[in-house]
Amino acid sequence: MNRIERRFEQLRARGQKGMIIYIGAGDPDLETTRRLALAFDQAGVDVLELGVPFSDPLADGVVNQLAAQRGLSAGATPRKVLEAVQSIRARSEIPIVLYLYSNLIFRRGLHEFIQDAAAAGVDGFLVLDLPPEEAGDYGPWMRQAGLCPISLVAPTTPETRVARIVQDAGGFIYCVSREGVTGMQDRLAANLADQVARIRRHTALPIAVGFGISNPDQARAAAAEADAAVVGSAIVSHIARLGGRPDLVDQVAGQVRAFVHGVKGSTLEAGSPSLPPPHPLAPQNRAEP
Amino acid sequence: MSVATGADPGIVPDAGGHFGLYGGRYVPETLMHPLLELEEQYFRAQRDPEFQRELNFYLEDFCGRPTPLYLAQRLTRRLRGARIYLKREDLLHTGAHKINNALGQVLLARRMNKSRIIAETGAGQHGVATATVAAMFGLECVIYMGAVDCQRQALNVDRMRMLGAEVAPVTAGQQTLKEAINEAMRDWVTHVRTTHYILGTVYGAHPYPLMVRNFQRIIGDEARRQILEKEGRLPDVLVACVGGGSNAMGLFFPFLEDASVRMVGVEAGGEGIQTGKHAARFQGGSLGVLQGARSYLLQDENGQVELTHSVSAGLDYAAVGPEHAWLRDRKRVDYTFASDQEALDAFLLLARLEGIIPALESAHAIAEAVKIAPSMDPQRIVLVNLSGRGDKDVDQAAKLLGKRNPDAASSLASLL
Repeated sequence: MNRIERRFEQLRARGQKGMIIYIGAGDPDLETTRRLALAFDQAGVDVLELGVPFSDPLADGVVNQLAAQRGLSAGATPRKVLEAVQSIRARSEIPIVLYLYSNLIFRRGLHEFIQDAAAAGVDGFLVLDLPPEEAGDYGPWMRQAGLCPISLVAPTTPETRVARIVQDAGGFIYCVSREGVTGMQDRLAANLADQVARIRRHTALPIAVGFGISNPDQARAAAAEADAAVVGSAIVSHIARLGGRPDLVDQVAGQVRAFVHGVKGSTLEAGSPSLPPPHPLAPQNRAEP
Repeated sequence: MSVATGADPGIVPDAGGHFGLYGGRYVPETLMHPLLELEEQYFRAQRDPEFQRELNFYLEDFCGRPTPLYLAQRLTRRLRGARIYLKREDLLHTGAHKINNALGQVLLARRMNKSRIIAETGAGQHGVATATVAAMFGLECVIYMGAVDCQRQALNVDRMRMLGAEVAPVTAGQQTLKEAINEAMRDWVTHVRTTHYILGTVYGAHPYPLMVRNFQRIIGDEARRQILEKEGRLPDVLVACVGGGSNAMGLFFPFLEDASVRMVGVEAGGEGIQTGKHAARFQGGSLGVLQGARSYLLQDENGQVELTHSVSAGLDYAAVGPEHAWLRDRKRVDYTFASDQEALDAFLLLARLEGIIPALESAHAIAEAVKIAPSMDPQRIVLVNLSGRGDKDVDQAAKLLGKRNPDAASSLASLL
């Protein structure tokens, strides 16, 4: 059982929802990425999704596109991102998913890339542009390496196709809550419960809801319908606003704590004994305006 | 080679849109079902005589098909070799072959009850063709175009706006065709239930490469009939420029089983292959996945897509249609390139000798004919696809030519 599966099992046992946070690797540099990962772990984040910068991120909205550009400028090549994962792994067991586009994998070689990632301490991939029809040996090789091939289900995915997608999936199912690219929205999709139920009928895997969650209240509402909520652009745009400020990691960690609080609510306030202690350097004020 | 229905095994593309190693559907999950629906609707339309009748009606009475096959007499005499025929797609309504496909797809969009049309454009010819058919059918239309291309093809931006389309300049990356496609795909993924994306070339996810080729094959079907009428035999060489490669696939496809016919695709050599400033995917590219398809791609060692350069916006793209990659592997089509300079020379040469100003894209094909014709026997026939006219390029060419030599091009002097 890898770290993602173990974490969701723990959450289920505790009756808690999961908080998944996305950031672009190398934004603004890989050392900051490493420090953010460690701070997120301390903040109670359950899974870290690391976007591997790609020149043509066509599933991403402008916030994540700009983050990818900053990552590319900072030299965050796939190899360097894996090195960063390795250094995070030296100090943390936070489950890590690489969010990436298939060309980055194929360029290295499917088998080689999976091996490299497993060796670095990655736990799963979320490949934006690799539907089951094109996946080939991807699923078997991922499982062989002990990695979770995380699959996306979209609002446009018919139910017969949902059944096929979840068969090949591992770790959790990423429920794309609305048609569109990544980015913040004013409100959640109205039919979210139906969407989750449609997936639930076909799998026992945890379901995480993402795309468009922009504040802790939305995260709470989304997680309530599923097993976890994914927040990305809201964090990434905060990182962009803070730029190279020395307190970037503390500021972003504070924002992330508010999301974790939103999703986990009172169980976190009560201080679950199995949760990690607060980071000694983290500011005590966990509310983010 | 028969036209694939998507269901028959053993022919290309296969049911998943694969031309051997190439093609496929590498897209976000949100687009998978819409693509499967599009494929089904397309094959249904293709078999429907009523759809074909409607398509032919507009191709003839609105677009002006068939286009002539014209013997370029002065160019032939000047080159002292093979007879050069031009397939005059430049005479088509809106000035290029692009409308063959735009028309086919807009008719399909109407059958699918899509009320909104989007498209990408490089040189602006596909954008103008799409804006035109959208206007004709009263459909909302948004065209994505790189901001750099908006500048170098400003005339076409004005044309699209006059036709009622919204032109959305794209400022990401190098601000050319690739970024326009990214933005169009982002729009499509967001509005997929109401919107049809009229992709303009034989690229992207299945069924686009197959569908666009089939809408463009009328070029080759006509050319084959016309050359048999005029010469009583098939041509020896076909030449076409290759950006994504739709005009080339359209010309080549009906000749693929004619073993005696050699085919040459001409990519953009830019400022030279060694400089890295080019868009010759078969020279400097490698296997990769971009924008829905697996094909030859200009990329770095990490898989990041590289910058491209060409004097012609329509050829300035980092990947090439998957069927071209497959035909190249099978050695059925030869791929070469022409530099910016050679294309500009050919542009002026055709204008001066034949009274035809070609598009800078098509000038790359003319440049190849200029290279190969002199060493060929006068009985031989070279058939060049003159895929578009050069009105859109007049400003840019005047500036470029003026910079080099106010009167005429350097190598042109020896030809005139």
